[in-house]
Amino acid sequence: MNPVIEEFPLLLQGVAVTLQISVLVIISGSIFGLFGGLGLLYGPSWLRALLRGYVDIVRGLPLLITIFIIFYIPPALDIEVSGFAAVTVALSIFAGAHISEIVRGAVASVSRGQNDAAKALGLTFWPRIWNVILPQALPAIIPPWTNTAVEMVKGSSLAYLVSVSELLFQTYKVVGRTGAAMPLYIAAALLYFAINLALSRAGVLLERRIRYTT
Amino acid sequence: MFGLNWDSLWRHREEFLSGLALGLKLALIGLALACVIGLLVAFARTSRHQWLRIPAASYVEFIRNIPLLLILFFLYFGVPMWAFSVLPRGLADILVLDGENTTIVALAIYGGAYLAEVFRAGILGVGRAFIEAGRSLGLSGLQIARYVTLPIMVRTVLPSLGNTFISLFKDTSLAMAIAVPELTFVTRKFVTDTFQFIQAWTVAGVLYLVTTYALAALLRFLERRIRWTV
Repeated sequence: MNPVIEEFPLLLQGVAVTLQISVLVIISGSIFGLFGGLGLLYGPSWLRALLRGYVDIVRGLPLLITIFIIFYIPPALDIEVSGFAAVTVALSIFAGAHISEIVRGAVASVSRGQNDAAKALGLTFWPRIWNVILPQALPAIIPPWTNTAVEMVKGSSLAYLVSVSELLFQTYKVVGRTGAAMPLYIAAALLYFAINLALSRAGVLLERRIRYTT
Repeated sequence: MFGLNWDSLWRHREEFLSGLALGLKLALIGLALACVIGLLVAFARTSRHQWLRIPAASYVEFIRNIPLLLILFFLYFGVPMWAFSVLPRGLADILVLDGENTTIVALAIYGGAYLAEVFRAGILGVGRAFIEAGRSLGLSGLQIARYVTLPIMVRTVLPSLGNTFISLFKDTSLAMAIAVPELTFVTRKFVTDTFQFIQAWTVAGVLYLVTTYALAALLRFLERRIRWTV
């Protein structure tokens, strides 16, 4: 157990980077996903086709391939990309595609009558979406959204492969130095588990709150 | 095309395709083992006995919340190091797996946790009347599981099984981290040898996309073909 306690500060540095990537990705992915999902439903046909292509391509590719494409191709065109930037952008694109589908499904499941009623009250498009449709779609969005957020925390471990010192890479380095593989990998697993458990619990609490007010 | 040189890529086509085939093979064996784990865990989770339910639920929750890459590292670097320092030599040798087998075991453990949830939903979806009918025929708990619950459940979980296969196939790309020569590994090696970043990653991406969509189409076709008589 000793190496885990001694090296804990280094693991925590890794946790900080993991959290940094995850928070950035969840925020930007949610923004992409919100507009992507609405665009898939209400956009003009060229936008719908474009978004459909984006969502289907990203969801058909392994996340690691998306990361490598963004990490390796721009430098070949003389655009500098750091590992951190590549991973954050790739995960955001990935999360955006998944959340687009979640938002699309949830918004489509709100009954048409709600939209018609809001129209009859004279609400224009954005107030209609923002005040009438989205609040009713939210309870259906939160649980799969939480799953995507958990997937993103797990996905941030792929940053190891482009040499970003997130939790897995830090653990790997410490194992290389101390040789205490078993306790350190278990400690890393518990740290990931703790982060994701907190995230899932937060999702459940949020969902419960929202269900009561609507 | 696009002023890029595609010749050397074409000359290495067999490596790329065998990388793709290796990924499919690993995913398929991983899925088969994951089904076994998933079934056992799902029945344990729906059991009457707490000593079965709690470990099964813990397994599912824990594995679903940690990254697959960490499981791979744990099995590939962690377990051998520990085995050689603690266990007698003969026993330790058994636990040391090569890259491909490590990937299969990791996919089985990881996929098993997801399939356990799928199977559990399938088990809970079997109507009470079927179970009661089985009981009134005098079947034991195990017999009910084998002859009543399982055949009915299989029909409902089949689509999810296909999706799990596709996502396990995509997950085989992580095996590159432990030097398994699947498609991503082959591509990265090719790129470091030739510096043809754009061509190689585009081709890898297209190969993955075509394969995942072909698999999805095939599975949908099979689903429609299989007409179950309930």
